[in-house]
Amino acid sequence: MSGTAALSVEGACVALGGRSVLREVTFGLEPGEFCALIGSNGSGKTTLLRAILGFLPLAAGRIRLNGVVGAPGPIGYVPQKIALDPALPLRARDVVTLGLDGARLGLSWPSKARRIEVDRMLRAVGADGFAEQRIGLLSGGQQQRVLVAHALVRRPKLLLLDEPLANLDVRSSAEIVALLRRLSREYGAAVLLSAHDMNPLLSAMDRIVYLANGAAVAGRPEEVVRTEVLSSLYGYHVDVVRVHGRVVVVAAEAGEQIHEAVARDPVHTASVP
Amino acid sequence: MFAPFMLHAWLVATMVAIVGGAVGFFVVARRAAFAAHALPLGAFPGAAVASLLGVNELFGLALFSGVGVIAITQLQRGERREVASALWLALALAVGVLLLSLSGAYAQSLYGLLFGEVLGISRAQVLGVALLSALALALLALLARPLLLESLSGDLAAAAFGRARSLEGAFLLIVALSTAMAVPVVGALLVFSLMVGPASGARAYTDRPWRALLLSVLLSLAVVWSALALTYLTDGPVGFFVGALSAVCYVAGRRRSLRAGAGS
Repeated sequence: MSGTAALSVEGACVALGGRSVLREVTFGLEPGEFCALIGSNGSGKTTLLRAILGFLPLAAGRIRLNGVVGAPGPIGYVPQKIALDPALPLRARDVVTLGLDGARLGLSWPSKARRIEVDRMLRAVGADGFAEQRIGLLSGGQQQRVLVAHALVRRPKLLLLDEPLANLDVRSSAEIVALLRRLSREYGAAVLLSAHDMNPLLSAMDRIVYLANGAAVAGRPEEVVRTEVLSSLYGYHVDVVRVHGRVVVVAAEAGEQIHEAVARDPVHTASVP
Repeated sequence: MFAPFMLHAWLVATMVAIVGGAVGFFVVARRAAFAAHALPLGAFPGAAVASLLGVNELFGLALFSGVGVIAITQLQRGERREVASALWLALALAVGVLLLSLSGAYAQSLYGLLFGEVLGISRAQVLGVALLSALALALLALLARPLLLESLSGDLAAAAFGRARSLEGAFLLIVALSTAMAVPVVGALLVFSLMVGPASGARAYTDRPWRALLLSVLLSLAVVWSALALTYLTDGPVGFFVGALSAVCYVAGRRRSLRAGAGS
C-alpha cells in the first residue's frame, strides 16, 4: 500500500462487547476511486465505517488516512438512515452550511464567500431547486443529495456512505450512484459506499470490499465476485450467477443461505436494469 | 407598574426571558424538554438549603442544578435521557421533602419557589441573575453551531468533531444555569414552559434556524413582559400568566404547522 493512499486499512480487527466483529480486514483506496462495501445485514459494514471514522477502537491492525494514522483531517460521512425532524427549522441550504462550519465555535456572520461555496455545492448535487425548503420535509432522494453536499462541502479526500441506497427506489438509487461517481472524480475524493445489494453499483465501482462473517476480500470486482473467491470467504460453496446483466450470489445447498439481493427483494432483482 | 419597587422585577424578568428564549430554541430542537423540567424542579431543594443557611438562594439552586447535570449525564450512559431525567427528578424531590421537613421553612417561601415571586427581588438577586445570564449566553454563543449540527444528527456531529463525543453535558449545564436563575422569578414548576412555549411556537413561523432563535427570544420577552404587567394589574400569580401565555405560543405555532402541512 503506498503512503499516499486516501485510505489504507491494514489487518483491522474490531471487537464489540467481547465479540469479534471484524477480523483482519485489509484493503486500500486511491484518491478518486469508487469502492462498494458489500455484505448482508450484520456482516460488519457499519462497524467498519465507524472504525474508519475513529468512533470505534481497533483491537489490532491500523487505519491510515492520506498515509497518516489517527490524524484524519476531514472525512465526509453520510450515516445510515437518519431521521430528520420535520419540525426543525433548518433548510437544505443550512444543512450544507453546517457541513462547512458546523464544528466551529463562536458566532458566525453572513459571509459572501461561504454563500457562494454553499450554492456551488448545492448545484453540484442537483439540490439547488429545493435549497430553501426544510430538510425534514424533503423526499428520501432529495435528503440524500443534501447530505452528500453536507459531507463533500469541505472537500474531504474520503467520503463514507452507510447504506445510502437503502430507502430509495431504483431510479433514485441510479441517480445517486451516478452523482457520487461523477463527484468522486471531480473532487478527487475516494468513495466507500456500503450496500447489501451490489447491482445498482456494478457500473460505477472501481473496487469492491466483500464482507461476510467479519472477514473481507477486496480487489477489482472481476477478481472478487467469483464463485471460488466468495465460496472461500463464506466457508461453503456459493455460486456467482450473472443473469440479464445482474449479479446474484446463491448458496448451492437448497436455498439455505441465499444472498440478500435474492432473499429480500426478488421482484427488484428480476426487474430490467 | 413602573414604580421603583417594580424595577428589579422588570430587569430580572427581561434577562430571564432573553436567556429562556435562546436556550429554549436548543431545548426544543434537541427534544430535551423533560430534562429542562427536571433540572429546575430538581434544583429547588437547593434553594431550601440556601434559605436554611441564610445565603443567596441562587447559590443553592446553581449547586443543585450542577449536581443534576452530573446525575443526568452519568445516568444517561446506556440509558435514555427521559429515564435519567426522571430518576434525578424523583431523587431530588425526595431530598427536597426531607430538607423542608428538617428546616421547617415557611409555606409562603416554598410557594414562591414553586410558582414564582416577582416582588421583593433584592439588588443582590439582580446581580446574581445578570451574572448567570451572561455566563449562559456566552456558553450558548460559543457552542451555537455545534449544538445546531448535533440537533440535526449526532452521527453527523461526531464525524465533524472528529470523535464520537457528545455536547450533552455542556448543553445541560447551559440549561441548568439558565433555569437556576429563572426559578425564583417564574417558579420551579413553570420555568420550563418559558423554554418550550416560545421556542416551539417560533419554529413554525420561519424555516431559518437563527431567525427562529431570534423570534423565540422576542416571543419569550413578550410573554414575560405581558405576564408581569398582568400580575401588576390583577394581582394574580406571575407563574400562571407565564405558563398560560407560553402555552398560547405553542398552540399558535402548532396550528400554523398543521395548516402548512395540510396545505402542501
